Amino acid sequence: MSEPKVQIKNLYKIFGRKPASMVQHVENGMSKPELLDVHGHVLGLNNINLDIPARGIQVIMGLSGSGKSTLIRHINRLIEPTAGEMIVDGEDVLQMSDTALRDFRRFKASMVFQKFALMPHHTVIENVRYGVDIQGVAEKEAAERAQRWLERVGLKGFEQHYPAQLSGGMQQRVGLARALATDAEILLMDEAFSALDPLIRTDMQNVLLDLQEELHKTIIFITHDLDEALRIGDNIAILRDGKMVQSGNPQDIVLRPADDYVTDFIQDINRARVLQVGTAMSPATKKCDGPQIPHNTIIEEALQTCVDSHSETATVTKAGKAVGSITLDQMVRAIARPEAVSADDANYR
Amino acid sequence: MASDSIIDWSKLTWIDPPTMGRTELRDVKKAIDGTFRDFTRANGEWIEAIFDPLQSFLVWFEKLMIATPWPLFLIVAAGLAYYGSRSWKLALITVASFLFIGWLDMWEDTMATVAMVSVSTMLCIAFGIPLGIWMSRSDRVQAIVVPILDVMQTIPSFVYLIPVVMLLGIGKAPALIAVMIYAIPPIVRLTNLGIRLVDKDTLEAADAFGASKRERLWGVQIPLALPNIFAGVNQTIMMALAMVVIAAMIGAGGLGTPVLRAVNNQYLALGVFNGLAIVAIAIIFDRVSQAFGKRLQKHREGGHGV
Repeated sequence: MSEPKVQIKNLYKIFGRKPASMVQHVENGMSKPELLDVHGHVLGLNNINLDIPARGIQVIMGLSGSGKSTLIRHINRLIEPTAGEMIVDGEDVLQMSDTALRDFRRFKASMVFQKFALMPHHTVIENVRYGVDIQGVAEKEAAERAQRWLERVGLKGFEQHYPAQLSGGMQQRVGLARALATDAEILLMDEAFSALDPLIRTDMQNVLLDLQEELHKTIIFITHDLDEALRIGDNIAILRDGKMVQSGNPQDIVLRPADDYVTDFIQDINRARVLQVGTAMSPATKKCDGPQIPHNTIIEEALQTCVDSHSETATVTKAGKAVGSITLDQMVRAIARPEAVSADDANYR
Repeated sequence: MASDSIIDWSKLTWIDPPTMGRTELRDVKKAIDGTFRDFTRANGEWIEAIFDPLQSFLVWFEKLMIATPWPLFLIVAAGLAYYGSRSWKLALITVASFLFIGWLDMWEDTMATVAMVSVSTMLCIAFGIPLGIWMSRSDRVQAIVVPILDVMQTIPSFVYLIPVVMLLGIGKAPALIAVMIYAIPPIVRLTNLGIRLVDKDTLEAADAFGASKRERLWGVQIPLALPNIFAGVNQTIMMALAMVVIAAMIGAGGLGTPVLRAVNNQYLALGVFNGLAIVAIAIIFDRVSQAFGKRLQKHREGGHGV
């Protein structure tokens, strides 16, 4: 991987009357509850370090109060940090002048919001144009671009409606079109699908994944929903109390949870839908029977393939070459919860 | 002597609270009066000169309205009422009311009152909205302006008629100022409130897309505050009309003058007729401006479909 698109370095955010003087305490290891009790300051973000590669979906995940929405607002500086650096394409966003920052927001990073945040007094098409108009694009091109993106998210025919006349899912499509219309390379999505009901949410996730396949933007996606994170994330960072507890790809998170908090998190997920056969196979020395399955197939699909072809085993391939084999038994074991975690879990309750 | 001290001890009992000595109190009042009188003598002329254009404009506007042929006035009035409310009924009521007012021979006074209320409302908007915007941007400005508005709204109008008359004499301009002092607070308050109530998420979205301060104000804050601002305009018009009778005491003219005459001479019919004419104008202004304000909120209608 080349130079990361976004680099977050030693980022701290402390809320209170004298946040700057509190960084020292936090650096010396003071915890969030302690800081609140002793000094009356709220620790928002605690020494966040994260490299976000270009053209991928980076999910930042955590429960409410974990600081994830605060973190994403540092990337386009809607919130000023207490200390740290936010390097985007080699430039520190936090050092930018007002004009430079405005241009950064206009051309480089656009945002989709949890509560849509559409302009209620503008029609759908005017909303999609909002960012383009602020960029100062000429009338004709702005109208074309807005129309193109509106149609791309499937809202043709709704141009002259007002946001209040649309359902939540449709409003968020407008929000997405508005963000995409600016042609910014970075897309910040703050719990963009959390306010939608489950079916619509899955629908929107598909829309996003489809778009990403052709656009390859750098997407930073905030969510509190692990299933959503595992489904769309190329990388996942997990926040807890303003601290990053783990960062890795979905397989890593599920197979090697960093601590009890993450373990707890992954309890209820559908492992068959996350784990890929490559992680559960035995490396093959000889060629094996059964259907050929690419190594990055999820187990749920691999199981189906095996059952459909009445085979107990399957050959795992990578770039067309056999790299291992997997049995039904191995697959089933992989999707069962690991022993140690189950025992741990029993102790919890 | 007891009356020389700051408190008149000889009069202090458990029933009466401490009072300033009689001489001191008289001196204080005299000093204030004297200072203001001197100020007036020294500065009255140029201050009056400042308001001269206003006075001539008011007189000109009133004359223009009176000189306008009545059918033309009715057409314009009905047109404005229809433009504001998109309701033929309201336009018709407007025409009928003015015809009735004319029939009862109150046309000229009514024109004077409409002129006064229109001009004062315009001026209130011209000063009130910018002040409200400024207040909404700074908590410190708000902290200073709110108590002043409180005073303007609660102080009995007769009290500020005195210095206004001392400074500017009797006439249209001082009457206009008195009306404005009374009528400007709602527009300022509601502009400030309306902008402060604009949804934070929407503003954040404007920021996130790189809107400049001006784009934020004119593209998001003002449009979304418009319903509140319009409620303010409506209130301002109503308060201006409420001041018509009191302002007549210092030369506003219009429908207030016959009402005052009716009070002094116990002319029941004269008072009632002119009073009802004020009510009619008030209702027309109110309904039209409210309907206009409501039309600005078209986007708030929910539901699917067009």
